[in-house]
Amino acid sequence: MKKSIKILSVVFLLMLVSAFNVNNTASDGYQIGDVAEDFSLKNIDGNMVSMADYNNAKGFIITFTCNTCPFAVMYEDRIQALNVKYATLGYPVIAIMPNNTAVKPGDALPEMKKRAKEKGFTFPYLMDEAQNVYPKFGATKTPHIYVLEKTKKGNIVKYIGAIDDNHKDASAVKVKYVENAVDALLKGETVKQKETKAIGCSIKV
Amino acid sequence: MKLKLLFITILLMVSCAKEKKTATIQEVSGQEVLQNDKNSDDFQLEVYDFSGLEPFLNKKDDKIYVVNFWATWCAPCVKELPYFEKLNSEYKNQNVEVVLVSLDFPHLYEKKLKPFIKENNLASKVIALDDANMNTWIPMVDENWSGSIPATVIYKNDERRFFEQSFNYEELEKELKQFIK
Repeated sequence: MKKSIKILSVVFLLMLVSAFNVNNTASDGYQIGDVAEDFSLKNIDGNMVSMADYNNAKGFIITFTCNTCPFAVMYEDRIQALNVKYATLGYPVIAIMPNNTAVKPGDALPEMKKRAKEKGFTFPYLMDEAQNVYPKFGATKTPHIYVLEKTKKGNIVKYIGAIDDNHKDASAVKVKYVENAVDALLKGETVKQKETKAIGCSIKV
Repeated sequence: MKLKLLFITILLMVSCAKEKKTATIQEVSGQEVLQNDKNSDDFQLEVYDFSGLEPFLNKKDDKIYVVNFWATWCAPCVKELPYFEKLNSEYKNQNVEVVLVSLDFPHLYEKKLKPFIKENNLASKVIALDDANMNTWIPMVDENWSGSIPATVIYKNDERRFFEQSFNYEELEKELKQFIK
């Protein structure tokens, strides 16, 4: 009997701990300065992609995006332009589609393939199928960008937020947040504007 | 004995988890019928930049305001709109007003937003916010808002709460009642 009480208390303790863990991970995610854990996600070509695959990268422009959010769609060309400009400089774009495709069928793998082909994406377009990568980052919406710098300690989060300050009109943009962040990192300087806010579509769970 | 106990606790845990799941499914399938009467053929949509919107977030007239940020392109927003409409009609007499702030794209006001308001007979006040300077105004609504919608502010004078989440009617009513007291 004593033993079973012991077991019971251990089980309850476990339940308590796990309950707290759930609460914590729900809203938190990486903060500026945190080391981002690597991931292994399936690309639209069927291959698995991890940050560790990029031997020559100096960092990454991790972009949570999808087909179905109008905000994300407005930024597609600009995401593509970021990759064209920065991949060769050592900061490739890795796009991750975080939505539950049962809720958003328009974001299913065949649709992702189609969209990538139509837009001529030159970067991997990965699916967070188990939906366990975006919560680690703390992404809440599409589009949601994380600029990481590769260091000996790991990939450190240097910028979180929007691509630039005008979603409606690329030609009316005054501040290119992501470009400024990557440019600073390439020069070995600190990123001045580390976080920005923008409207986006909530990630579909 | 040990095994039995473990089995029972696991069963308990599983049933707990299950309960939670069915609750969310119900919430999803619960539907409301939009009712009201906005039959005028054409109406003027009020469009503001953030400085124009700010007064709607800072009234001090003892009324309870429920300000919901939404867009016609945002599926979870559209799904919860009927709950805001219901709240507006059921609590009108208790000094409550719902304000629906649309973040639709300006070039679609005529093609999408206005037809949507008309077709669904939205009775709550609808205004449109057109301000590209999001990094400035989002934290002014609430410093914890990451920018995803739907998002809702409920306030009465200086007392306010912010929610970056979807609501069902019961949850929404529960939050409102905290202000009615």
